[in-house]
Amino acid sequence: MNRIITHFHEKPQENLAVYFTAGYPEINSTLSVISQLDQSGADLIEIGLPFSDPLADGPVIQHSGKIALDNGLTSAVLFEQLKSVRTLSGKPLLIMGYLNPFLQFGPEAFLQHMESCGLDGLILPDLPPEIFEKTFQKMFQRYNICPVFLVTPETSESRIRYIDSLSKGFIYAVSSSSTTGSTGGIGQVALSYLGKLKALSLNNPVLTGFGISTFNDLQQIWAQCQGGIVGSALINNIDKKKADFGIPAFIQKLTQQSNDTSTQ
Amino acid sequence: MKSENTQFSPDPDGFYGEYGGAFIPEMLYSNVKQLQDEYLKIIESVEFQEKYHQLLKDYVGRPSPLYEATNLSKKYGARIFLKREDLNHTGAHKINNTIGQILLAKKLGKKRIIAETGAGQHGVATATVCALMQLQCVVYMGSTDIIRQAPNVARMKMLGAEVRSAESGSKTLKDATNEAIRDWINHPADTHYIIGSVVGPHPYPDLVARLQAVISAEIKDQLLLKTGKSLPDFVLACVGGGSNAAGAFYHFLNEAAVCLIGAEAGGEGIKTSKTAASLQVGKKGIIHGCMTSLMQTADGQITEPHSISAGLDYPGIGPLHAWLYKSERATYESVTDDEALNAAFELASLEGIIPALESAHALALLAKRSWKKNDIVVVNLSGRGDKDLATYMKKLEKNE
Ligand SMILES: Cc1ncc(COP(=O)(O)O)c(C=O)c1O
Repeated sequence: MNRIITHFHEKPQENLAVYFTAGYPEINSTLSVISQLDQSGADLIEIGLPFSDPLADGPVIQHSGKIALDNGLTSAVLFEQLKSVRTLSGKPLLIMGYLNPFLQFGPEAFLQHMESCGLDGLILPDLPPEIFEKTFQKMFQRYNICPVFLVTPETSESRIRYIDSLSKGFIYAVSSSSTTGSTGGIGQVALSYLGKLKALSLNNPVLTGFGISTFNDLQQIWAQCQGGIVGSALINNIDKKKADFGIPAFIQKLTQQSNDTSTQ
Repeated sequence: MKSENTQFSPDPDGFYGEYGGAFIPEMLYSNVKQLQDEYLKIIESVEFQEKYHQLLKDYVGRPSPLYEATNLSKKYGARIFLKREDLNHTGAHKINNTIGQILLAKKLGKKRIIAETGAGQHGVATATVCALMQLQCVVYMGSTDIIRQAPNVARMKMLGAEVRSAESGSKTLKDATNEAIRDWINHPADTHYIIGSVVGPHPYPDLVARLQAVISAEIKDQLLLKTGKSLPDFVLACVGGGSNAAGAFYHFLNEAAVCLIGAEAGGEGIKTSKTAASLQVGKKGIIHGCMTSLMQTADGQITEPHSISAGLDYPGIGPLHAWLYKSERATYESVTDDEALNAAFELASLEGIIPALESAHALALLAKRSWKKNDIVVVNLSGRGDKDLATYMKKLEKNE
């Protein structure tokens, strides 16, 4: 059994998945950030593998990725860092990156390294499901890595069902037509789209991401699907002067009601 | 324009051999799928063809002349013809594509146009057709290029376009393209992205090649009148993304007797890191939704190219060219910054024509081979050099 799948059996609702950029803010902060996220109560952790030309990302993730690359992060360095990750966290761990670094590392080698580090899932937003099915599906199965695909408010029902049939672990619902880190919050359009997704009773759980930054956003998402994904808001709040990077305080603000309305 | 290069057309998934495809995030799927499903139906329709050719004739000034450059011919010992895309309205071949794509955008009911630009020629050509069709226009341009191609920035503004500066990476064409794609992700419903070359996700490489194919269609007719033969021995063109070359090669792809040569931007030389010769130094990878030959690190990070010419300063290349190179249907040579500059000055002094720096790369190929007296050589003069005067003046000052 894969940890992502087991996790949703045990905790089907009110999940918080957090994305961060590996090698940011420091080359060697990857493991400390994972450990802080784990202890602060993140349910799933997405380890961002930076790419020079991240088409689906807004300014915050672009910037953290550039710093990570300048710090010297590569796929090989990341796998070296993650060798001991399972001594720190038992949570579902995914890599989120872009297709080109995966191809250059060698797909088989990449998945093999993921398995030997004990990682559970891989999200490559620019890997078309059709190419995955033709070329990579068996490989992912061999290494017990869950492929996670995106759906958007523009995705047709038949395509959602197709993507559901290929996905393992969960489906990543993009809240609105945007790049990451949009600041619009969760609007009516997103909520009615999530309602529609719910009505499809898909095989996989649905986690919603892009533009989630507050307690309020997360509550609205929790009412509609199995959980929310937060990325840019966390990265904005990472404080490299603090030993805990300010992560526990951020996660607490995100998940607990407070009277402080300035939560961002 | 309707011609079937079966062997060199993409398959239904947009692949030329192993190159091409549509490696896009799901946020772009519906837009790209709509284009894939509609583009051939629309651009092959009688209605589209009539409007497109009417505008090319009356607005762009086509057919562009095929000029036999006698002084240049004497110097190199061959019959050299220049296909004068520099004489098109707005000064380059880019407008052949934007006229076609604006008609396509209209047909698809889009209200807003975005584009990327390097040299600014595609930005100007896009701003121009947007003014013509009264559509809103946003052009992304790297901040490095905004400085080195300032006259074109001014033209775009006068034409009513908003020019947005791309500040990431090397602040050139690649980064402007990233920003344009991100804009499209954020405005999927009302916006059409007019990409400026034979790059990007399927169907763009094929769409743009077909819209530029008018170049080689005209060359065939014009050569026949001037030489009694419709096939040249050589066609030379510069290759950034590869649209002017794709257009100049298109109707000769299935004519094995015609030797097709592309000039890549060698920058300071392909042995240095300051180059943009994607075929010579690249490796297969993905850029802007397309599998092609790509300048990148071993880790798969795209590297920053260098060329004196903003329009060739791109780390990838259209998948058609990657395939023509791999299958050896065409050859590609790299031309350095200095060779291109010299070729530009040579054309100015021998023929009274100031070429764009991009086009000067194609001209520089003339000095790299030996020719036979009866060789018919067509050089695609993709654009004029007004935008490059600042660079040319620097060279003049150095020589004085
Ligand atoms: C005059 C001219 N020629 C060539 C190019 C390169 O583009 P392509 O390789 O698509 O023809 C440009 C691009 O800006 C240009 O302005």
